[in-house]
Amino acid sequence: MAKKQHDTPNLDQLESGPWPSFVTGIKRLAEKNDMAVDLLGQLETSYKTKEGYWKGGTVGVRGYGGGIIPRFTELKDDNGKPIYPDAAEFHTLRVMPPAGMHYDTKTLRDMCNIWEKHGSGLIAFHGQSGDIMFQGATTEKVQEAFDDLNDIGFDLGGAGPAVRTGMSCVGAARCEHSCANEQQIHRSLVNNFLDDMHRPSLPYKFKFKVSGCPNDCMNSIHRSDFAVIGTWRDDMKVDQEEVVNFVKERGRKYTIDNIVGRCPTNALSLNDDDTLEVDNRNCVRCMHCINVMTKALSPGDDKGVTLLIGGKRTLKIGDTMGTVIKPFMKMETEEDYEAIVEIAEEVIDFFAENALEHERTGEMIERIGLVNFLEGVGIDVDPNMVSEPRQSSYVRMDTWAEEAEKWEERKASGE
Amino acid sequence: MAEQLRMPIESGVPDPMPLMHPTLKANFGQWKYHDRPRPGVLRHVAKGGDQVWTVRAGTQRQMDLHTIRLLCDIADEFADGHVRFTIRSNIEYMVSDQSKVDPLIKKLTDEGFPVGGTGNSVTMIAHTQGWLHCDIPGTDASGVVKALMDELHDEFVNERMPNRVHMTTSCCQINCGGQGDIAINIQHTKPPKINHDLVANACERPSVVARCPVAAIRPAMVNGKPSLEVDEKKCICCGACYPPCPPMQINDPEHSKLAIWVGGKHSNARSKPMFHKLVAADIPNNPPRWPEVSVVVKKILRCYQNDAKDWERMGDWIERIGWPRFFELTELPFTKFHIDDWRGARQSLNSSTHIRF
Repeated sequence: MAKKQHDTPNLDQLESGPWPSFVTGIKRLAEKNDMAVDLLGQLETSYKTKEGYWKGGTVGVRGYGGGIIPRFTELKDDNGKPIYPDAAEFHTLRVMPPAGMHYDTKTLRDMCNIWEKHGSGLIAFHGQSGDIMFQGATTEKVQEAFDDLNDIGFDLGGAGPAVRTGMSCVGAARCEHSCANEQQIHRSLVNNFLDDMHRPSLPYKFKFKVSGCPNDCMNSIHRSDFAVIGTWRDDMKVDQEEVVNFVKERGRKYTIDNIVGRCPTNALSLNDDDTLEVDNRNCVRCMHCINVMTKALSPGDDKGVTLLIGGKRTLKIGDTMGTVIKPFMKMETEEDYEAIVEIAEEVIDFFAENALEHERTGEMIERIGLVNFLEGVGIDVDPNMVSEPRQSSYVRMDTWAEEAEKWEERKASGE
Repeated sequence: MAEQLRMPIESGVPDPMPLMHPTLKANFGQWKYHDRPRPGVLRHVAKGGDQVWTVRAGTQRQMDLHTIRLLCDIADEFADGHVRFTIRSNIEYMVSDQSKVDPLIKKLTDEGFPVGGTGNSVTMIAHTQGWLHCDIPGTDASGVVKALMDELHDEFVNERMPNRVHMTTSCCQINCGGQGDIAINIQHTKPPKINHDLVANACERPSVVARCPVAAIRPAMVNGKPSLEVDEKKCICCGACYPPCPPMQINDPEHSKLAIWVGGKHSNARSKPMFHKLVAADIPNNPPRWPEVSVVVKKILRCYQNDAKDWERMGDWIERIGWPRFFELTELPFTKFHIDDWRGARQSLNSSTHIRF
């Protein structure tokens, strides 16, 4: 039995309604767990005053410099004593989930048992960083909780100026749109940089995300510094019989309005016999028609990935989307995987050396220009990197002939 | 001899293969197509003929042990002891036996987990930590989401939007919630209140000066102590100085408001990925149920639902009908604050005579 629960008239109002209630959940924990009792006390105070009461600090586990989000209460009485002492320390362990977020119930139950023993009993699946967040441990218990989680095969994720926890979509495990082995790419990349994850020493955070197709379910273009997105080079596959079936079922108007008419490059045309003509040279692999006609259309066979660099949220220069640095890479052989890891190493080395403190990769590129970045990491320019060429004439171009020569050489070598 | 201290096993991202549902594992990379027999259910068919039904249900994300164990019990009973989670904290049960689908849906529904979030629905809101755990929050996160999802429950369990609707919330202007078709974010409206007694000890002053996006912070001596001062005419009230310098309190119970942004998307389908744009602000931060937010969100959703064509995302729809029409339909005021003045703002101005009358 835990101590008596605090009155929580505000939070109580979040127990009604059809959506599952986190308040009801924490109250159940509070029947046995004093930390949960006092968590509700502090949270109720925030609901009354509209103020937050946590501050950070330094809490870690042996051998690592990051991965724990320390939280100490600031809600104290006149003598400096915490008003809710059992939640005075409420640290989170960021733990990396299996790629693709697959679990068996034994693993989940083991996690529950560990967290029942060492923590508050509150776990988030998953935070915006992609981590499992074990929320609510005292400073003393953090190490034990980590040791037990580590023993069942789980490792801390990133926090602070470090390589962060990555994310990958369900991908090849359950999606016909998958153009790569997302989980393997995710693990190859992140697991190569565990030192940069666990011992934060970069200018700022660096995130990898992997989506198996341009639907980008992992939001990688915008939400990662290094986005890997599946795509294909050859013709998309069309099962004409299924196209005819689709038109029969949904009608010509629907097909023209919603498939043909929504193609961003007008690469589709419905034939008089209700089959589909595809201008594959002008298809930009946007996925719309494939998303709608799942039986009739699918990505081609010559699959690989596109790499984009520099996505991030508002701080400090405003939002940036990632931009293309590799239009296409095959991801089949061991060498292919080595090649992508090598690019990531180049990028992170360059970032570490050239970014200012608290500057993301996208901001650094904005400051120095894409070309300086490309030259720094050893990647050749490609017209797929731009929406359009330069508009401004304010640039010195006296090495044009050499640059044009490089282009001709690359073209001749068939790269 | 001293006891050997345990050092971490630096094992990294776990291999999902041993944890994956057997039908997914057996057909890895071999899926042919999918359809959606009903909202909340996906059916995937493999090239070899295997089928798997996925039943998706909403969760509260911040889950207590009892909830997780209950979800595990359900997985053991119906789904061969495997689950996965989506990026938006929905849980997915995979079943290879169609006869288990309906009983699974019934069980989840009976236990209070809404089945839905697939296809053209309003799926679970991506959100942040808020007062529950963040050190810089202007509002709560789980509570805002609980209140909104209660209101939008019908749109989660049905697929009656023109396209999917991805919503996000963020409890500060860093916007960890990210881009959304609709994003509900804290917007501070007053400069930070500085506790000059604490700055010298708590803040690395040059870093704080460097953090300001508009160079409005400078070192100063205040009451004989080294501190920082803010040029309040330059200050954009973004709160970027607050995380590195907690004595520069940006959160304010009254003046930290909520703003609503629309039309963001990550997908490359049809149009390129888009950022969300400001449509409404000055909405009070009003726990525990933030009713003023729901009113605006539901109004926007209703207009989108009524006026967008099939498969248009929020941003696609507004691009087609134009922003004047959006403000007309939603009856939201258009103000000078909607006209961007940040870097690159010129690109957002209408440099044409393309005007709808």
